[in-house]
Parts: sequence; structure tokens; C-alpha cells
Amino acid sequence: MPEAYLCLRHREIENIDQMDVYRQNGGFSAWEKAISQMQPDEVTTEVFDSGLRGRGGAGFPTGLKWRFMDGNNWPHYVVVNADESEPGTFKDREIMESNPLQFLEGVMLTSYAVGANLSYIYLRGEFWELAHYLDERIAELEKEGLLGDKLFGSDYSLRIRTHLGAGAYICGEETALLESLEGKLGQPRVRPPFPPSFGLYGKPTVVNNVETLTNVPLIIEHGSSYYRKWGTEKSAGTKVFSLSGRVKKPGNYELPLGTTFRELIYEYGGGIIDDKEVKAIMPAGASSSMIVANDEALDTPMDYENVPNVGAQLGSASIIVIDETVSMDWLINKTVHFFKHESCGKCTPCREGTFWMSNVTERVHEGQANWEDVILLQDVATNIKGKCLCALGDFATEAVTTAIERFPEDFKAKAKSNGAASEELVETSAAVAD
Amino acid sequence: MTEAVENQVEEQAQPEEKLVTLTIDNIEVSVPEGTVLVDAAKKIGVDIPVFCYHPKMEPVGMCRMCLVEVGRPVFDRATGEPVLEEDGSPKIQFGPKLDTGCTVEVSEGMVVRGYTEEVVDARKEVLEFLLTSHPLDCPICDKGGECPLQNLTMRYGPGTSRFIFDEKHHAAKHVPLGEIIYLDRERCIQCARCTRFQDEVVDDPVIGFSQRGRSLEIVTFSDPGFDSYWSGNTTDICPVGALTTADFRFGARPWELKASASVCNHCPVGCNTTVNTRREAKSGGELVIKRMMPRQNEYINEIWMCDKGRFAHHYTQSEERLTQPMVRNEVGELEATSWEAALDLVAEEFKAASDGLVTLAGARLSNEDLFNIQQVTEKLGGKALQNTHMAGGELVASVGVGQGSNLSDLGEGDAILVVASDLEEEAPLYWLRIKQASERGATLVVANPRDTKLSSKANYELRYSYGEEAAAVMALLGSISPKTPGESEAVKKLSRGQEVKDAATAISEANNLVVLYGNEGTGLATSQSLADACANLLVATGHVGKANNGLIAVWDKGNTQGAYDMGLVPSEDLAADLMSAKAAYIVAADPAGDDATLAEAIKAVEEDAEKFLVVQELFLTESAKLADVVLPVQANTERQGTYTNAERRVQIFYPAVPAPVNVHADYAVAANIAERLDLKLQKVIPAQVMAQIAETVSDYAEVSYTKMAEVEEQWPIISSEDVFYGGTSYENEQGMGQQLQPASQGGESPALSFAQVADAPKVDGLLAVPVTRLYDRGSTVVPTELLSERLTPTSVVLSPDDAEKLSIEPDAEVTVKLNGTETKAQARIEAGVPQGYVLVPRSVGIALNSPSPVEIKA
Amino acid sequence: MNALRESYGQEIDQILAKYPDDEKRSAVMPLLFVAMRKDGYVNKQDLEDIGEIIGRSSTDVASILGFYTLFHDKPEGKYRIQVCNDLPCALRGADEYLDNLCDNLGIRPGETTEDGVVTLEAVMCLAACDKAPMFQVQDYNGVAYHENQTVESTMQLVESWRAEGGKDA
Ligand SMILES: Cc1cc2nc3c(=O)[nH]c(=O)nc-3n(C[C@H](O)[C@H](O)[C@H](O)COP(=O)(O)O)c2cc1C
Ligand code: SF4
Ligand code: FES
Repeated sequence: MPEAYLCLRHREIENIDQMDVYRQNGGFSAWEKAISQMQPDEVTTEVFDSGLRGRGGAGFPTGLKWRFMDGNNWPHYVVVNADESEPGTFKDREIMESNPLQFLEGVMLTSYAVGANLSYIYLRGEFWELAHYLDERIAELEKEGLLGDKLFGSDYSLRIRTHLGAGAYICGEETALLESLEGKLGQPRVRPPFPPSFGLYGKPTVVNNVETLTNVPLIIEHGSSYYRKWGTEKSAGTKVFSLSGRVKKPGNYELPLGTTFRELIYEYGGGIIDDKEVKAIMPAGASSSMIVANDEALDTPMDYENVPNVGAQLGSASIIVIDETVSMDWLINKTVHFFKHESCGKCTPCREGTFWMSNVTERVHEGQANWEDVILLQDVATNIKGKCLCALGDFATEAVTTAIERFPEDFKAKAKSNGAASEELVETSAAVAD
Repeated sequence: MTEAVENQVEEQAQPEEKLVTLTIDNIEVSVPEGTVLVDAAKKIGVDIPVFCYHPKMEPVGMCRMCLVEVGRPVFDRATGEPVLEEDGSPKIQFGPKLDTGCTVEVSEGMVVRGYTEEVVDARKEVLEFLLTSHPLDCPICDKGGECPLQNLTMRYGPGTSRFIFDEKHHAAKHVPLGEIIYLDRERCIQCARCTRFQDEVVDDPVIGFSQRGRSLEIVTFSDPGFDSYWSGNTTDICPVGALTTADFRFGARPWELKASASVCNHCPVGCNTTVNTRREAKSGGELVIKRMMPRQNEYINEIWMCDKGRFAHHYTQSEERLTQPMVRNEVGELEATSWEAALDLVAEEFKAASDGLVTLAGARLSNEDLFNIQQVTEKLGGKALQNTHMAGGELVASVGVGQGSNLSDLGEGDAILVVASDLEEEAPLYWLRIKQASERGATLVVANPRDTKLSSKANYELRYSYGEEAAAVMALLGSISPKTPGESEAVKKLSRGQEVKDAATAISEANNLVVLYGNEGTGLATSQSLADACANLLVATGHVGKANNGLIAVWDKGNTQGAYDMGLVPSEDLAADLMSAKAAYIVAADPAGDDATLAEAIKAVEEDAEKFLVVQELFLTESAKLADVVLPVQANTERQGTYTNAERRVQIFYPAVPAPVNVHADYAVAANIAERLDLKLQKVIPAQVMAQIAETVSDYAEVSYTKMAEVEEQWPIISSEDVFYGGTSYENEQGMGQQLQPASQGGESPALSFAQVADAPKVDGLLAVPVTRLYDRGSTVVPTELLSERLTPTSVVLSPDDAEKLSIEPDAEVTVKLNGTETKAQARIEAGVPQGYVLVPRSVGIALNSPSPVEIKA
Repeated sequence: MNALRESYGQEIDQILAKYPDDEKRSAVMPLLFVAMRKDGYVNKQDLEDIGEIIGRSSTDVASILGFYTLFHDKPEGKYRIQVCNDLPCALRGADEYLDNLCDNLGIRPGETTEDGVVTLEAVMCLAACDKAPMFQVQDYNGVAYHENQTVESTMQLVESWRAEGGKDA
């Protein structure tokens, strides 16, 4: 399928980050239209009808989330999740750097739709320069009268503020993000209540990903059916795929949802480095399951409904490509190390389990472990699953359990005593798979 | 009374609590809406194990120990009717994952399963995770024996370890979080009970988590470390041995300890406590007090206590205690004698003095002591005085909080006025319970010349100048009932603010009103007008004579109210009273040590050969050194008795250790004197003294040891099997005490006088005002070494402006010229102190009974 | 007096203005960044100053300081080279690049060069996976990305810092 630039419009339109160029290309017409001609819930309905789903990972219908905002409790807030910390994800940064005005217009429209007068953009701390850049652009919008008090003569006022994180993956989880923004430890909250009823400062809050919101101006400008020209019934629109790993041309590719892995990897990514064989695909960054990259998998459309058929989730669509040169014991040692480092420590299974797993993966990778250790690893991962306060714990186990289950040879080769235990391993793997 | 006031005197009906019925482990239970599953289960005796959940704190769902299966009835979307199974029972849909029982609230028809294989496995797995990082040093751990982690591991844990020992996370083991509390980082299971307690419950967020993941650890950055009056409580609720107190760690194993019930008498709250003792070789086989623990009483201290009460018990087993009676010999030295000889002499001299006997008793004594002492004095027609600078005991007896009061009942729709009190310093538990009432929605009015820790919770803050405390209350009253006569300048001035009007409206419209007055900056005279003003306000707004309404005096001593009730009154001029005495009987008081002028008076008594001085004491105080006869007595940990707290709840304390051989209880000593005066008083069994009190003091007519010892079911459940739930606070098996009825509740209309309202005293220079600090240098505090670094130094507190004017640097030594004396003191500078005033902490070495002009020199 | 406020008063006011009046606690992270501007780390006095500004205890502020990796409580190199060697970058040679860089600088990750100019750190994914090997430089003033790196290009950068004598040193 051909690329379609809805979010990465800068790739088509030069200087779209400039105010005049953006305006010449329809910029802020949606904003003016919304404020002067539309009721807030009409904006929400348009987005709901477009079928837009959250691009931060969970794929939750965006318009539906907005509808959950508690109308009996004010003020409302919009908080943009610009924490982009999932290993393999680098799309939000490109959008904000190169198409900042469309992104900001998306934030503005969302704020209007849910009745927020103050909205925050929570950026990971490493996006230091980007935050300052956005501050300048926000100031420019205020000067232009596009942000501020009583916009276009209406009663609606809006301010947008940036807020920098300081290095913590967990702050991408929406409730940890809110805690962090409140000046507390970035640890997730117990849910329910969910942010639309209890969010920032305990007030109803919409948390959306950067890419999600960048789609909104076009949906409002051209209508929901325009957006549905791309993608599938359940996975409407385009998606920015962050392609990384062992491909010749890594980078962001904006493609309609439903494009196959094969197209992305071979047409856009130029194939595997040194023309090696592709071995596995991680479609959702370090937190994904390992897809065995056989023909069936390569021909699977990348959308919310089809990726589960090959034993994974689309998630943030951060496609990490693994080739035959990579051994799975090394790989899960990397991912587990990441999750151990990023576990916030609040809940027991994740805090202790990631620590435990990393001890074992390290030993396995160093060739210091027995088969029993591999089985133990599988078991520890299984024990973490489903018992944690937030999804990070589960994320930490996905690659581990699926790598052992789907690529047992890599571990057999590493284990000190691989003889008899292989059957046992297959048994446990099967048990885990159930 | 205005209409508004009259209208709301009628009781408002409490809204009925909505009950929800659910099934837990096949047992049906109905509990109030909003209850979380672990609490609901506990109510029917089903244990859902927890670590991070504590029934006194908001759930956080982080340890994951409480995972259970939760099912909810399925409803037909179209009809809204419940879907039924084939057998006609409602169809229950269980969630895809286990839920945390500590965060899920009950709902109608819910089915909870805590016994399925999945749940039992989950418990085992969570325990296994916790143990991977745990040092397993139970044999040397202070919590061993009362450790939830140990107990739950026995019940649910894995049999063997799959974790390689060398791979364990290692962390520092003896980290002092200040000198009082120690942290063992390896034992910590990151449940955040301690940090949440400090932040949520007591508002001292001085410990917190640092780092993250497996490296998460407790730190403190306060100066001194873990700077809180509440720190000891964290060691009770810590579910492992991570937090220990410096004076108990490695001190004893819980199962070696004997427990006896007691009541703290360091302040007028009267926290219920447990004294843990152990027989020790190093003390010659004697029973030694190892620690003081809170004992549950949801009327008083819930399951908490302050660090003063917890740690300042060492005085009772001090080496300095008096052990035998002494008389002054020919050469003027105190010499040991027999009780017979001493008592004979005392009785003879008292008889001779007759109505020239002046008795001065301190209110750390029990009701039984005070009663017998008062009876002796009355028999001779002498004066029975109590050593206090706070007036109002009769008013509290008349319009005090009604029988059945519980500060925990106050919440939305109610109001609380706290006036002239730095409540956390004066009575920590009252601060806590008022804070909680305000969090439950009670309107809190705080009237004080400066900010105190309670200020941040106040809905209305009223400022006045020191000396105008009664005027401030009259200004409130004036806003409600315009008939208030004889308004002073101060009242007029204070009435002007909108804040006063709003506060007054809130007070008059409240369903229930409790007024607490303390002793911030007051002396006896001002405290009398203040008490009068408060009583007037309560009566005018119809908030007397019923539960959860009325007056609480935040007394300076543990049993001041009891002393009032037993008929001991404060002296308006103690020096004069002492000078006038033919014989002085000083019990549990040290006027000579407290105050130079009183020392002069005592000396005059001593030097006058005609006059006779008896001191009955624990220690050889300054006054005792001057006495003709010194009578040693038992500490409250060695005997039985009762105290009456500020809410007039009478409570029994019990002996924990045997008394030294030759000393007796104060009531017994007094009874022995009485015997020689042909007065029959009970001297052996305190319960019999109480029977006599009940006959004599009408308010105590219903009081008996049997009734005081009655227990009630309390929530949360605290017991040795439930340590994982509520912590190691002790269950109350010895009684809730008995709350007295104030006269107004008995239908008597209170006889009130209108308050004498003064304007703030005018002085050219600085005015010294007395204030209370929890850690003073009183004789019951100083012997506790552990607190020595936290005691308030001999100091005065100035405003930054005055300090600058006088060129005084923070903490510099200054000379304080006050009432004709000169003292060296440390100058403290605090932002909230109003300009022109110097705060003088009580009992730290500078005597000050009421506001007086002062000169401070750098 | 509050030293932090004295040095950065206006900026602190701007930071506080970002948040609702009774939610000043939100300013703790931006204020920690301000405190790091002096010499690259936060000291005990800063904790107190920040605590005072936002009305929280210094322990609370320290707690935040300890949670996030971009805050530091100890003085180290003037420039922190933070190389991403997380999975995606490692798949594109980040581990080898980091090893080589170590050899060239004569230090291991976590260490600081003798002249105090560079502290080398291995960090988690920085959202630049397609441009590996890459690192970010954290200095007193903030964070900047350096992508598509070779050891040569990195050493050139280090040399330029050294030539400056460690910037304003
Ligand atoms: C551990 C964890 C990390 C996450 N990190 C991010 C992130 O970096 N960026 C993001 O947009 N969403 C992230 N999410 C998802 C958010 O919690 C949330 O679902 C999202 O911001 C919702 O926005 P959306 O509906 O627009 O996708 C993360 C979730 C978890 C559990
Ligand atoms: S010290 Fe105790 S109470 Fe505090 S977090 Fe650790 S285990 Fe919990
Ligand atoms: S998670 Fe429920 S008790 Fe800890």
C-alpha cells in the first residue's frame, strides 16, 4: 500500500511547521470551524465516527474515551502523552518536531471537545529541546490569537503548557504520568477510577497520545468519512510505523492500517541487513510478543484485529525486526534488563519479578544456567502475568515467555545441561501457551 | 438567641447507611456501601491476607497479597433483570484476572472466592516474590514472633526457595532514620505503610521512597532525621522488622514479653497503652519495662500514640527514684526513717497546723490519690490546691462533651473550634483526631495568634493578639447573638472581619459543636475568661448537654480534670498561699524547682521553724530537698488507679512491674496520714477508693472499676492473629473506661457568668507569653535518654523582625530578663511569631505563668 | 532566604504560573531542573529551597529526585554522554560502539574522565532507534541529541569540549 501522510505531512509539504504554510494547507480551519460552528460534543461525535483509536498502545476508541468525561465534575483537563519511551518507538518525536502546528491544533480541538481550559503536554525529559521548541510555538499561537482567552469572540479560553518528565518509562502509563505531573512519584494508580472520572488533580482528564491527537484536525476539517478512506473497518486511518532493528532502512513510515509486515519490512525497510533471513518480529516494541516471522506472519495485515492471530498485539506499532544473527537469550536479556530498570517498584510481582528474571536471563545468556533455569524463568514470568497493578509487569514477560516458547533451540544451545530437559520445556511452554 | 440558632438546636437525623449484601467464601454478609472486600471479609472472620492495606489508610493495592476472585451478577441488557442459571441462582460473571480485595468495593450480589487454587497459588507466588529479596534473618529480627510476613509465609508460602541466595538484593541493614527509628533496608517489603502513615495520617511527610524498582528504599531528609512526634507508630504497622525503635531493637523477643494495660498520663488525652515487661538477669532478675505500645481504644487514641507517651516512660525505672521516707535531723540533713515515724510526725504536724494546712497536688496523680489527699486536707479545714495554670474544670464538669461522645463521630455538618492551643504540641492525639474530623468534612475554626500545625486544616482562621483569646470567642458569640453585653475594644475590633462572621455562622449552624481551648499564651486569669467565653458560646448555640457537643479543656497535665473533679482548685497566688501555710503538703509538684518566686516561698516555710513542709514524690526534687519530711511513692507503672481525661472519660491503669519494697501509692500514704487523723480512707484497694469517690463526688456516682473494665467490639480488629491487618497495637481487653455525664446532660441548666474580657495587655517593649512544647524538660521526660536530642532547649522564640531589631542571630545565646530574674537561653527565630511577642516554652528552665514584659539581650 | 529563589526568581515564577494556584507541587520537577543548572546536581539546600517553594518537605523533594534518571544528587562530569544501548540500538551496533567509546575515553559506563569533562553512561531507549548509534548529552543546561554517531565523530565532540576547557570552566 502507498504511504499516506496524515501525521507525517511534513514529508509532503515543505515547511508545514511554518505558520503561513500550515495555514495555506488548511491549518487551523478546523479550529476556527469548531469554535465558531460546532458544539463540543459534535467534535467528539466526528472523532467517534472516524473510528480513530488510540495510538499510544492500547488502541482504545478515542471518541468513546472523550465521552466518558464526567460532566458533573469540573474543571476538565487534557493531558497529552508525549512520553514516548517504549523501546523502538520514535514517531511522536518526529511529529512534534516536524509537524508541530497540526499536533497543537489536535490538542486544541480535543480540549474544546471535552471542555478543558488548561491542557498539558507531558514530554519525556529527554525531549528537552523539543519542549522548548513547543513552548515557542505555543507562544506564537497565543500571539496569533489562536490560543488564549475568549477565542474568536466565544466564551472559550484555552492555555496549553508543556511539562518535562525526567527519565522514567513508567510515566508513559497514563496514571503514573498524572501522578508525575502532580509532582509525585511516577507510580501508577489503582484503576478504576479511570482518568475521565478521576484524572489530573482528581479531575476528569483525557489522556491521549501525540499521534492520536495529530489526526484530529484532518478529521474535523474533512469529516469522519475522509479519515475512513484509509485502514479497515475496525482499524481506521493510517498509522505511523516506527521500523527499527535489522532492516536496511529503519525509520517512520506512515501507512494505512492493514498494510502487511512484509510490505513494511521489504518494500519500505529495504529488507534485512546483509540480506539475512528475518527471524522474528516484535510489533509493539520491547513489550511485544515474539512473532515467528514465517510467511503467514509476514503476510499478516498490521491492524488491531489481525496481529493477534499471529500471537501478538499491534500496540504502539513499533516494529523491531530480528534476523537470524540474533539469539533469543541475548534479546530477552536486553528486554528484561530494560523492564527491571524501569519498574517503578510499587507492586510486588513486577518489582521482584523483573529483578529475579534479570538475574536468570543474565545467567542464561552467559551460558551459566541449566535447563531448570530456563523453565524457572518461564514460570517466574507466568507468575508475574496478570498480577500487577499496571501493564508494565505483563509487558516485561511477553518477550520472555514467547521467545522461550517459540524459539526453544536458542535456549537449548545456551543451557549447560540441555539433554533430557527439552521435553519438559516443551511441556511447560505448552502449558504457558494455554 | 437568633432564630438561626434556635432552629438548629433540634437534632438532625443521621442519613441511614446503605447496606450491600454479598457472598464471601460462601458466607453471606451485609456491609455498608463503600466497604472494601478485605474489610467485609474480616467482619465475618474470613482472612484475606494483606501487607500494604491498613484499615486506617486509603488502599493502594500495591503488594498484591490480597488477590481474590471477584464475580458479579450478570444483568440482561434489554430487561435489566438478572440472568439466572439453570438452577435458578443468579448467573455470576468472574473477571479475567484476580482482583485486589483491598481496593475493590462491595457491590450487591457480588461473589468473592478466596479459597480457589488460583487464589491460593497467587498468594504463594506473591510471597515467593517478597521472599526473594528478604534476608530471612527471622532468628535475630525484632519482629520475629509478631511478623505478618513470617506468619503468612507459614500459612501460604512456598516450602522451598527457588531463588539463588547469592543473587539476592543486598541493602544496608542498620540505617538510623534519626536516633529514634532504625531501618533495615533488606527487610523492607516496600508496602509504603510507613510513608503513607506519615503523609496521610499525621501530615509529617518526613520519610519517603527514593529510587525505584528493586532499589526503592525509604529515606528521610528532615533535620533531625524522621522528625515527627508520631514515628513510633510506623514500627507498629510495618509488617516486617524493617522499622524498629532504637530503645527496643534487639531488646527482647515478643514472646518473652509480659503485657499489662496502662493509660498514658503525659497529656490530657489519656491514650490507652500496653506496658511490655521482661524479667532480666542484667537487672538482678527484676521485671524491666521494655517498651510502651498503644492499646486500642477507638474513643481515645484509636490504635496510635505519640512518641512522648511511647518513649518517656524511663523515669519510672530511674535510678534516681526515692526509696525510703526521710526526715530532717538536728543538723538539718534529710535522713532515712521508718514509715511509722515519718507518718506519725506528719500527722502530728498537720493536726497542729489544722486549717493552716495548705495542700498542693500535681495532676499526674490518679483520682484515688487526689481524692484521699483532698479528704485529708478537708478534714483539717485546710486548702486543697492543684498545681495548674489552667482554669475551667468546673465548667467542663458542667458543659463538657456529653456522655457517648467520640471525636470520630464528628464530620460533615459538624463544627469544631480550637482556640488558644498549639494542639499537636499540647495533646498530639487531639490534634490527630481533630485533623481527621476536618478531613471527614467538619468545619474547623482555629483561633490562635500564630500559625500552628492545625492551621492548614482550618476552614476559618481567626487571629487575635495574645491576651485577647476570650475576646476572640466573644467576637464569635457577638456575631451570632447581638445581645452580648459590655463589649470591650478587643471584641469590637475582632468582630469586624468577615472571617469571624462566616465562622460564627458555621458554628451556629453546626449539627454538633465541640470547642477545645488550650493554653497557648494564657495564664490562670486569662484562661478563666477564655473558658467562660467558650462555655457561653456553646450554651448560646445550643451545643451542650448531648453527645459530641461541649467543651474540652486541653489541660496541661494528664489528670487535671480529675483533680478538679476531686475538688482541688488552682491557686490564684501560689506564693502567697504557700507563705500563709502553717504546714504545706506538696504531692507530685515541685514549686521550688519550677519557679524562683515559689522557691522563695518554700524556703520561707522551711526557714520558719514553726512551719512544716512535707513532700511526697518520686524524686528528690528542689522542693523535696527543702522538706521536713519526704515520702517516697510508687510510679503509675507499679500500681493501679484511674485518670479522668479531658473528655471526662475515667480509665483504669494497672500495675506492670512490682514497686520497690518500701514505697507506697500516693492514695495509701494519704490514707495512712488520714488514719492518724481519725479519718477512715481506703488504703489498700483502689477500687474501694473509687467506691468512696462514687459516694462522695456526685458526678462519679456511676463509676466503678467493673464498669470501666467493660470492653466493646471495636473496628478495626486488632489481635495477635491479626497483626498483618492492623499492626502490633494491642487489643483492648481491659476496658474502654466510663465517660461521665456533664451536669448539662443531666438536665441541669449551666450557671454561667459572662466572660471577663480583657484587651491585649499594652507594653512598651516585648511581651513574654508561655507556650507548650511536647518535648519539655519536665521530670517525667528528662530521664528518657532517647529523647534527649529532641527536648526543647532552654530557649525563647522571637519573630524575625524582632530578632533583626535586636541583632539576634538564630540559635544565639541571649539573656532573658523576666519577672526580676535573669536567665540565659537560646534564641529561636520563627516566622509565624507575631512581632512584639516572645514565646517562652513551659518547663524548659524559664518560669512564666502568665504573659509578662520581658527584656531580651543579645 | 531561599537561595534558589534569589538566583532564579523570575524563572521560578514563570514555572509556578504553569500550574493551578493550589497545585504548586506540580512544579517540583521543573524546579529540580533549575537547581541542576548550577553545577549539574541537586544539593541538600536545594531540596529545602524547593520544598519551601512548593510547600512540601525536603524528603518529598528528595523522593522525586531519586526516582528519575535525569536528576542527579552528586557532582560528576560536566558533560554526561548517555549512550542508548537498549534493544533497538543494540541491534544496530550500539554495544560495540559503546565498547569502543569506552576504550577511547579510558573509562567504563558510570565513570568520569580524569579531567572531569565527561561522564559516560549507558541508558535506555531514547526514541531515536533508527539513528543508532546515538547518545544524548546532558550538561548543566539541558539535554541534546547526537544521532548516527561514530566513535570518531564522538571523540571530536569530546575534544572540542576539552578545548573549551570544559565550557565555562
Ligand atoms: C508501562 C506503560 C508505558 C506506556 N508508555 C506510553 C508512552 O510512552 N506513550 C503513550 O502514548 N502511551 C503509553 N502508554 C499507554 C498509556 O497508558 C495510555 O494508554 C495512552 O496514553 C492513551 O492514549 P491513546 O488512547 O491516545 O493511545 C503506556 C502504557 C504502559 C502500561
Ligand atoms: S519500612 Fe516497613 S512499613 Fe515502610 S515500606 Fe518498608 S515494609 Fe512497609
Ligand atoms: S494489594 Fe491489597 S493488601 Fe496490598
